[in-house]
Amino acid sequence: MSEVSPTELMVIVAARELKDGESVLVGVGVPNLAANLAKRLQAPNLLMVYESGAVGSNPSRMPLSIGDPCLVSGAKSVCSMYEQFAYYLQGGRIDVGFLGGAQIDKFGNINSTVIGSYKAPKVRLPGSGGACDIASNVKKIIVITPHEKRRFVEKVDFLTSPGFIDGKDGWRKLKLQGGGPYAVITNLCTFKFDELTGEMTVVALHEGVTIEQVQENTPWKVKVADDLESTPPPKQEEIEALRALDPQKIYLR
Amino acid sequence: MDSSKLMTMKEAVSKFVADGDTVYLAGFTHMIPFAAGHEIIRQGRKDLTLARATPDIIYDQMVAAGCAKRLIFSYAGNPGVGSLRCFRRAHEKGVPKPLEVEEYTHFGLSGRLFAGATNMPFLPMRTNLGSGLPAENDLIKTIKDPYTGDEVSVVPPLKPDVAVVHVQRADANGNSHIWGIIGEQKDAAFAAKKVIISAEEIVDESVIRSDPNRTLVPDFLAHSVVHEPWCAHPSYVQGYYDRDNEFYMEWDKITKEHDSTMEYIQEWVLGVEDRAQYMKKYPKSKLDALLPKPAFSAPVNFGSV
Repeated sequence: MSEVSPTELMVIVAARELKDGESVLVGVGVPNLAANLAKRLQAPNLLMVYESGAVGSNPSRMPLSIGDPCLVSGAKSVCSMYEQFAYYLQGGRIDVGFLGGAQIDKFGNINSTVIGSYKAPKVRLPGSGGACDIASNVKKIIVITPHEKRRFVEKVDFLTSPGFIDGKDGWRKLKLQGGGPYAVITNLCTFKFDELTGEMTVVALHEGVTIEQVQENTPWKVKVADDLESTPPPKQEEIEALRALDPQKIYLR
Repeated sequence: MDSSKLMTMKEAVSKFVADGDTVYLAGFTHMIPFAAGHEIIRQGRKDLTLARATPDIIYDQMVAAGCAKRLIFSYAGNPGVGSLRCFRRAHEKGVPKPLEVEEYTHFGLSGRLFAGATNMPFLPMRTNLGSGLPAENDLIKTIKDPYTGDEVSVVPPLKPDVAVVHVQRADANGNSHIWGIIGEQKDAAFAAKKVIISAEEIVDESVIRSDPNRTLVPDFLAHSVVHEPWCAHPSYVQGYYDRDNEFYMEWDKITKEHDSTMEYIQEWVLGVEDRAQYMKKYPKSKLDALLPKPAFSAPVNFGSV
């Protein structure tokens, strides 16, 4: 079996989190690969909804953007941008939303807006797009991110999309209809969130990874689940199906 | 038939886009009216407030060319590629001039247009709470829900001075058929004070009337109608030409420096008269590769007794 890259590993582990019959709001890039992979494996009835208003897409090739024409050809429905956010997302009809970002903290708050200060940014990032809307309204937020110290931070420079804020109390006060962060999948491990405190907790280590490695790449003292598991290694069928989705390696670099 | 609405893009921009206007060039990835943006650059419009959920390459070009004073947006990236470098240069370094930003989430900005289109005083929505955005944008406010007493986020209506909406086909009065990703085209047309419709094809009114559900913009909203084939390139028009993803990736290289960006604008925007000349100049083999395989919908019966 050929070695999988860190990105391939994250996509494969993320895809396993999707269940048949769920609805998923799909972002461009890696989340799109994870959703399409799940659909080809354990979740043929996954309903893929795109921010661009395409519902029930069946893309014949990998779209570069979420507004790609291949998401429309053969889709179940296409609605306007406002309708997508109002009827589908705010309507409470989306189970899973994938998010990424430049920074994430231990409560799953995400920054995709600026590094540095908002008014005088060191690096201006694209901004929320639909991310804050998704984070506020889906039942489960799944974050896919490389495990790097610059990404995992004590405090995000800017809070673009709410996670559990400062723990579950802060989140409850907002009365969001969504369920909040559910999992963070990195190239080293899978985190889920403590039921009581809302803190990110390592629940599974990927093959060959030690908890020390996770700690070295996380700036706070990581919480580890009592029943820490090992992530089952990628299966041949997962690897083959994934590589077939992105033959030109646009995202699987 | 009032065919006086039919005009060239040059005439439409000259007549309906003024310095200082708030401009909305509609289209979520799909049918972005690049030809209108290029014409606005050629006519040297300045101090514009540019509004779009995704500024995309078109606003990156207009920012680089110095047309913009302010940007209203919700996602300023080049999807699948990276940054919008001209937007960043203007916002971070003031090159070629400083750019004010007014930022929303996608729901927030599309909600603002919806509120503008339907003349609502403001629109409540389940987002923004907990986010840092409201602290940086005074127009996103929190009020008390009069029914539950809960905190609720609201946004004000957005009513652009002018919207440009590119469509697959329109009649000479501006009744417009749109299909594929319909983004915020309808909302932009209903929200704006003046509307420029541009179309891949101008068809007879009977074609429009044969399929009225597909008419997202009725003629009385349109101030002008422009017949502009390939208006959206390098964006796309469903069923007419695909997205030029290669150019979207190339844009990242073109815009590494302000000077290299301006060389592009000199050659491809200022250096051509209009869209027809731009298309003539574009390598035909590249355009041929964008032509889609047909996928027709099943016909529907609109008959009645």
